[in-house]
Amino acid sequence: MQGFILSLQSEFYKTRKTLAFLSAILLPLALCLMVSAGFYLNAHKMVNHSAEMQWMRFSGAFIGVMGSLLLPLLIIFQSFSINNIEHKAEMWKSLFSLPIPKWSIYSAKFVYALFLNALCLTLFATFILASGIILDLLKPELKFNEFSFAGTLFKLHMKLFLASTGILSIQFLFSLLWADFLKPMGIGLLLTVFGIITANLGWKYAFTIPYTHPMLAINSIMKQVLNNKNQQMTFDLMSKEIWFSLAVATVTFVIGYFVIRNRSVK
Amino acid sequence: MPDQIVETKSLSYHFGINQVLDNVSLRVEAGSIYGFLGPNGAGKTTTIKILLNLLHSDSDKVYLFGKEFSKNRIEILSKIGSLIEQPAIYHHLSGRENLINRARLLQIPKIRVGEILKLVDLTESADKKAGKYSLGMKQRLGIGLALLPDPELLILDEPTNGLDPNGIIDVRNLLRKLVSEMGKTVFISSHMLSEVEKMVTHLGIINRGKLVFQGSLEELHKISKKQILIQASDPVKAKVLLSENGYPTDLLAEILYTPYISKEQNAEINSLLVRNNHKVYSLSQSQENLENLFLSITQ
Repeated sequence: MQGFILSLQSEFYKTRKTLAFLSAILLPLALCLMVSAGFYLNAHKMVNHSAEMQWMRFSGAFIGVMGSLLLPLLIIFQSFSINNIEHKAEMWKSLFSLPIPKWSIYSAKFVYALFLNALCLTLFATFILASGIILDLLKPELKFNEFSFAGTLFKLHMKLFLASTGILSIQFLFSLLWADFLKPMGIGLLLTVFGIITANLGWKYAFTIPYTHPMLAINSIMKQVLNNKNQQMTFDLMSKEIWFSLAVATVTFVIGYFVIRNRSVK
Repeated sequence: MPDQIVETKSLSYHFGINQVLDNVSLRVEAGSIYGFLGPNGAGKTTTIKILLNLLHSDSDKVYLFGKEFSKNRIEILSKIGSLIEQPAIYHHLSGRENLINRARLLQIPKIRVGEILKLVDLTESADKKAGKYSLGMKQRLGIGLALLPDPELLILDEPTNGLDPNGIIDVRNLLRKLVSEMGKTVFISSHMLSEVEKMVTHLGIINRGKLVFQGSLEELHKISKKQILIQASDPVKAKVLLSENGYPTDLLAEILYTPYISKEQNAEINSLLVRNNHKVYSLSQSQENLENLFLSITQ
């Protein structure tokens, strides 16, 4: 366990100045600034909506694009960056000749990838919330302060995080095995597009493709909200695609460990 | 501490259908500087990777510190510092940060980082990004990372690659110091005998996956053939004359080399040259140059 904690600390230390880490902070910040600017300039179109609807529209601007494309792409990039730091420095041979169990090194990297994804989504939720409050101050005609959206927003991002664990585990394994960017990126992109198509077509078995899970999670939220008599933002955190995503993550994590354990460093 | 720090027992290894190592039985004694020599592609790096468990061999073939490797991996690795091929360093971190990161991983006090930087002469450029280091500086940082945990055994794969002559002398002196003053054991690979000849106490020579020599430097000297060195007025004609009379002769830099057999034969060669109007300026005995011997073993 000590080896795991030390490896995790090392992951943070060596990636703290890289794009992998910075992207988790800068992407939500940049996107929030852009969308907020758009809402600020078009605030007059929102004033007639209820406070809840204003929040839904505002957060929907992020979540729609995030569920379908942005989140899978961000995960592909982050998991590549975390492993590429070792490929680039030819560090695997050095890491695996240290007196640290291989599972510690492997699982610390995996947990760090999960942490970056969680950090990014938490920051998204936080920045959306902060942007709403700031917009309300700048444009008093908006009603963001009349409805408490924080719980829903964090629950929604938690659901997105859980839905993305399957993609993350697969992309993590790809970028662990391949040093070049093209293979994990190419395959990841292809599967993401395939996921979008199958999810949009409403294919019955789309939930078996991990790359559809964020999109299916958003679809299931929308379905529950629309079916709700009062159209309130209440939805289940754990749905079919979430369970499937967690199962894929667990199985892929275990497979990845055995691949690493038995793999020779050439 | 066991006498043999490293021991392999008839170690063989294949990459697919290619046999890379063929019954290699290494024996590295405690407190020695063991030079592991061989031409490129002979199997040196493969052997080193097996010694570090990066390549998996059959069990009961590799013993370090008297213990079978695969069953005692963590314990054994905690006593080893290594540098394999190019130094593995994070280019976006400074030299100091690279060492701090490794020190944290291995729970080594931070004060050791400063000591290592001083030891490998990188104190002044410690805060420069390692990606901007010269090849020699990267190599020194790699050696520093290997030395950081104060290991009992240091395994270095071609550590003098990219170093200038002064750098090579520094590494040589450093390794000698580690062995004589700190009681370490050093296993160092190279494809050039001249690079390690002046620092090693023991040698292993590998060629096409087979260990063709193993022993002390003195033992290698013993098997090197004695030669006669002749300086004559017309070395080209003298070479022809000697060869025609049954003395296989090489000519190198105006000096004739022919195998030594006996004192009497030295006199006969001298007499033969003089009878044929050659002026003999000198005739002496010497051992075969170790580099030539290494080449002849590995060809």
